Amino acid sequence: MARFLIGRLWQSIVLLLLVSLIGFMVLNLAPGGPLSQFALTPGMTKEALDRIAEQMGLNRPLPVQYLDWLWKLVRGDWGKSFRDNRPVLDVIGSHLFATLLLMGASTLLSMLVGAWIGIRSAVRRGSLFDYSMTVLCFVALSVPTFWIGLVAIFLFSLRLGWLPAGNMYTVGDGSVRDILIHLVMPTCVLALVNVATWARYMRTATLEVINQDFVRTAHAKGLAPRRILMKHIVGNALLPMITLAGMQLPTLLGGALVTETVFTWPGMGRLFLDSLGYNDYPVVMGLLMFSAILVLAGNLIADLLVAFVDPRIRLE
Amino acid sequence: MTATPTPITRRRRFLDNRAVRRFMNNPLALIGLFMVVGLTAACFLGPLLLPFDELYIDLRARFAPPLTGAHIFGTDPLGRDIAARLFHAGQVSMAVGFLAMAISTVIGTVIGLVAGFRGGWTGTILMRLVDAFLSFPSVFLLLTLAAFIKPSPAMITLIIAVTSWMEVARIVDTEVKSVREREFIAAARMLGLSNSWIMFREILPNVLGPIVVAATLTVARSILMEAYISFLGYGIQPPLPSWGNMLNSAQQYLAAAPWLAIVPGVAITVAVTGFNFIGDGLRDALDVRSHNG
Repeated sequence: MARFLIGRLWQSIVLLLLVSLIGFMVLNLAPGGPLSQFALTPGMTKEALDRIAEQMGLNRPLPVQYLDWLWKLVRGDWGKSFRDNRPVLDVIGSHLFATLLLMGASTLLSMLVGAWIGIRSAVRRGSLFDYSMTVLCFVALSVPTFWIGLVAIFLFSLRLGWLPAGNMYTVGDGSVRDILIHLVMPTCVLALVNVATWARYMRTATLEVINQDFVRTAHAKGLAPRRILMKHIVGNALLPMITLAGMQLPTLLGGALVTETVFTWPGMGRLFLDSLGYNDYPVVMGLLMFSAILVLAGNLIADLLVAFVDPRIRLE
Repeated sequence: MTATPTPITRRRRFLDNRAVRRFMNNPLALIGLFMVVGLTAACFLGPLLLPFDELYIDLRARFAPPLTGAHIFGTDPLGRDIAARLFHAGQVSMAVGFLAMAISTVIGTVIGLVAGFRGGWTGTILMRLVDAFLSFPSVFLLLTLAAFIKPSPAMITLIIAVTSWMEVARIVDTEVKSVREREFIAAARMLGLSNSWIMFREILPNVLGPIVVAATLTVARSILMEAYISFLGYGIQPPLPSWGNMLNSAQQYLAAAPWLAIVPGVAITVAVTGFNFIGDGLRDALDVRSHNG
């Protein structure tokens, strides 16, 4: 276990370094680079800009600048927002909860529905249910999230008036019930794509287990089919789902960004787009790096969880 | 099989090919092909049949719902014909999708080939780089790049390609690793062929199948990505229409003119679903291993 742990941690650190390298390259693509903030100030002269560049150490060789940037990143000094001069990490932190709430709710929903569809399709392989779900999953994977969001707003808010069209709570309310009502539509829209992914993986995973010897033994022993399905088949098919949950994180985060925009949900995605609109590059870069780190952490946790549950992996 | 030998024409041989036959027997793949061909034909031939071009402004027919007069899909807030704009946007979106696919497939294939063939440190570093790129949620990376670099259609295509070559690289890397160990590669080495000859002339033809499958799925993904960033306002810029930016302007008129949002959304869905169906059909038709078991 210790060897597995160290190996996996080492892998994450290497990835983190590569991620930071890509991030640094992207940062230097920004118009005016890190100087863009000052270049926009009225009355800025070329000489003053040069002076600031020297103060900020921007005339040093790129590798030195990179190491400096990386060290600041590690220490948690992610710069200040151009918009309100708050530290970037604070700004991100204040939007984190809304995003995590949305992602958590939609993951829970999509896992439950997806697993149900996948298992049912696998057990009734070749049935009308199986076939229509396969087609539906393809369509769900192909529909743009934001468009489904627009259609949902049109139907359920504008036409039927059942659900609020956006925001996280009604101004002046903010009770749990109020937030939950606002959560329904974004959660369902964000879950849609993931339901398809989960259903397809669950179907494959269940089909793989269903023909194995221990399942036949269980049948031979005379166990009830329902018990075999729930305990032997689903139990084994669930394991890869943990890894998959980690691998799905980038898609989920990206989907959250778009969903938040459509539903004006005050999370990281919304913050990202607002910051782009204000040319608030420190926050944009901060969010880019933060989301990648979140993904790496999520993958690491998923792998550790699988190793914890499944002795076969950590003994390898 | 009949006993009398029939002259084998090129066409005959193509249709008798096992992969082609399997593809033709797959209803979903055929539906996908039909969707893509139909949509492409509509986008390129449709404008010839319409009485309006995409820039013609009919001020008396602003916000016309679908099927008013000659406006089959209605008009937009400026009175421009949506059908004409949709077809023109389709040309733009599909061109972006195809070009991005071509560029990202080349990048992914070369990186995957080198990584799989060289192996060792080179392979490890390249594949870790792939993992690192995959750690960024692609919409975040795309939007950041699109916001930092002045977006022209060519730039958007390039940015989409730069953020979507990783899948291809991974697939090629895995395939190359298994082909590399086969006898004919050992034979090629013994003949003293150069590494690049072995990579591109011996190995590449043997991993084309998975590349074609990945490339088809990449077209679907690229069209979707273009729609995402154009919808959010950082992709293809008006007045050049794309399916994504048609939806961007549709959002504010959702209550009054829902067709503005519905028509382009359906077009995107049809295109992306079509390419996904074709890709999946190709995977079944070309992937020999899944048919042995």
